[in-house]
Amino acid sequence: MSTIKSLDELKKIRAQMKSATELREKGQEIEKLVQVKVSMGTCGIVAGARETLDGLMEEVTSRGIDNVVFTQTGCMGYCHSEPTVEITLPGQDPVVFGDVSGNRISEIVERYIVEGELVDGVIPVAYKTIHE
Amino acid sequence: MTDVKMHVLVCGGTGCMSSKSQEIIDNFRRCLEERRMDQEVKVIVSGCFGFCEKGPIVKIAPDNTFYVQVTPEDVEEIVEEHIVKGRKVPRLLYVDPKTSEHISDSKHMDFYKKQMRVALRNCGFIDPENIDEYIARDGYMALGTILETLTPAEVIDKVKSSGLRGRGGGGFPTGLKWEFASRYSSEQGKYVICNADEGDPGAFMDRSILEGDPHSIVEAMSICGYAIGADKGLVYIRAEYPLAVKRLRGAIESARSTGLLGKNILGSEFSFDIDIRYGAGAFVCGEETALIHSMEGERGEPTSKPPFPAEKGFWGKPSNVNNVETFANVPAIFLKGPDWFSSIGTEKSPGTKVFALAGKVNNVGLVEVPMGTTLREVIFDIGGGIRGGKRFKAVQTGGPSGGCLTEQDLDTPIDFDNLLAAGSMMGSGGMIVMDETDCMPAVAKFYLEFTVEESCGKCTPCRVGNKRLLEILEKITEGKGTPEDLKTLKDLSGVIKDTSLCGLGQTAPNPILSTLDKFWDEYVAHVEERRCPSGKCRKLISYRIDPDLCRGCTMCARKCPADAISGSIKEIHVIDQDRCVKCGACMDTCKFGAISKI
Ligand SMILES: Cc1cc2nc3c(=O)[nH]c(=O)nc-3n(C[C@H](O)[C@H](O)[C@H](O)COP(=O)(O)O)c2cc1C
Ligand code: SF4
Ligand code: SF4
Ligand code: FES
Ligand code: FES
Repeated sequence: MSTIKSLDELKKIRAQMKSATELREKGQEIEKLVQVKVSMGTCGIVAGARETLDGLMEEVTSRGIDNVVFTQTGCMGYCHSEPTVEITLPGQDPVVFGDVSGNRISEIVERYIVEGELVDGVIPVAYKTIHE
Repeated sequence: MTDVKMHVLVCGGTGCMSSKSQEIIDNFRRCLEERRMDQEVKVIVSGCFGFCEKGPIVKIAPDNTFYVQVTPEDVEEIVEEHIVKGRKVPRLLYVDPKTSEHISDSKHMDFYKKQMRVALRNCGFIDPENIDEYIARDGYMALGTILETLTPAEVIDKVKSSGLRGRGGGGFPTGLKWEFASRYSSEQGKYVICNADEGDPGAFMDRSILEGDPHSIVEAMSICGYAIGADKGLVYIRAEYPLAVKRLRGAIESARSTGLLGKNILGSEFSFDIDIRYGAGAFVCGEETALIHSMEGERGEPTSKPPFPAEKGFWGKPSNVNNVETFANVPAIFLKGPDWFSSIGTEKSPGTKVFALAGKVNNVGLVEVPMGTTLREVIFDIGGGIRGGKRFKAVQTGGPSGGCLTEQDLDTPIDFDNLLAAGSMMGSGGMIVMDETDCMPAVAKFYLEFTVEESCGKCTPCRVGNKRLLEILEKITEGKGTPEDLKTLKDLSGVIKDTSLCGLGQTAPNPILSTLDKFWDEYVAHVEERRCPSGKCRKLISYRIDPDLCRGCTMCARKCPADAISGSIKEIHVIDQDRCVKCGACMDTCKFGAISKI
């Protein structure tokens, strides 16, 4: 790193570096965040889960939403509806969406994550993914 | 946005490093590379999490999973299950000893619930070897803002109004100390000295701060330099702390190369730089005048005060000496404000204190609590109570200069003044818990052995007097003491306290005085009945076989390493007391409970 010559420069660097520890800081209050899990089993990846994950992240970033954390999970057992995405809004039960690709990505971010209203394509949750 | 979706924090503190955390780190890096996930998952080597007892610790963000006692062999499973499939590995989670439940988030563990991390705020959170991570956590912002907006006098005022008191033992108000140092002329040079000697047996808080968050000390020393008008800082650290030395040296170098140390810091008029001095590791070298002599290359012997270092310190120049933990609090005070700081803790001792909790408690480790937390909360809630279901007997605070507190003191809110009033002291934060099997005269003897060994020998009361005290304690624990000895212990202790030159001698008799005061009966039992009530003093106990219960199974005789037990099959066995080495093996072996310790 080159020398920092003023408080303003230090502030700029801090802003750039924030992302370095952001995940950890968010993690301390995880129950207050939207948690998005993308199923990344073999079938999910074949069905385009990676693109879905990238798409969701891009959508969230471009809207300036900063209370979302992403993780990936193994196959959730809905191979027929891949790519599947599990979303947990703060204080609510997880909801699983199937066939998340194309414009469904922005639809889910807009309507469920931002507005909190359900959209079509919800798979009833009959299993437990969170192993405590 | 970066691609990073997960952070794996592996503890790189001395404790965990000694139980293979380097191998754990290497395994994580290799496993993630093999799965081409090294871009998505970042492995971070952090400072100590405090829960060293259960180390090595691995924490995963953002889901905040806290894995304990991880081995290099567990890494594969964590990667495969947790990182790839998003499933936690239950067998590596902490199990609450009270409820037997698995707890995955440290926030819900009793060990962490009552803690508040100010001095340790970045330990176990950032990579101490990466200045960017410190900056991301507002590092150097306090210094930068001060240089731009405050005069040195205003800085001192803020430290004063925060109420911060020195964490090195004495509890002297830090702002006041800075003010004294600021008053002396600096034409010939002036120094900021960080005392990282940490000589108390069992204490490791300063080491952990330097290992886990070295930049906070660099930043705080610079703030102090600006406030008192010094341009040079020195850290006195013992050479036996290699990891702390390495991280501190790295922090100084990276601060220098980014212009946060050196000439005209952040474009201001202020210039400051820091050097490291190595200590040989003698307890007395932590005393500030001895420390300064040792830094000058002389023998580490104390001299009488005044003059205080503020007037005549390093090379006779005005110097300000503060402890590591004291400094660690400084940036936080400026980031959050003196009012925030003084609102934590008690009125006369604001803020938090870090303790090295050790001894017979379930959770051994580094604990930071707001002042005013009670001893009971620290020992029973955070420490998880006494090991092995035994009974609490005493807690020793303040190291060799402190004393023992008992059951009656458990609800004392911990702060500088309360601990003194109760007959002990804060000291640097060693806290050793004892149970019913600990013998108090033997505990006093342990501390005296330490101080006698560590006395520099310069003054007679400390050199000769403490040796005498130790001899008397040896007599008592061997069953050769007399009631007169108890009187001598008391009188001689008083003389040594009053006439020793430095704090080492002045406080050395404290462990004796406090145990005499609180466990008088135990001393009396040793000298009058030649009996050790807790069964610790080997010379005072003996093992006996009850002839009515002995079945002559021969088990004990076969186990005895000293061939002290005689008797043939189906006959009553007898212990030859002269040969017995009091190992207790026979008592543990006998299935019929025929052997007892008296
Ligand atoms: C025998 C003896 C040993 C000491 N050891 C230490 C030590 O290891 N670390 C420390 O910070 N202060 C130690 N002190 C206290 C220092 O002399 C000094 O008071 C302290 O470093 C001041 O810093 P503070 O005001 O920030 O607490 C010791 C004092 C005595 C008498
Ligand atoms: S009190 Fe002990 S350690 Fe201190 S100067 Fe005297 S002899 Fe040395
Ligand atoms: S205490 Fe040890 S040495 Fe003594 S009799 Fe028992 S087994 Fe032998
Ligand atoms: S050294 Fe790892 S938790 Fe303390
Ligand atoms: S040998 Fe005496 S009871 Fe076992």
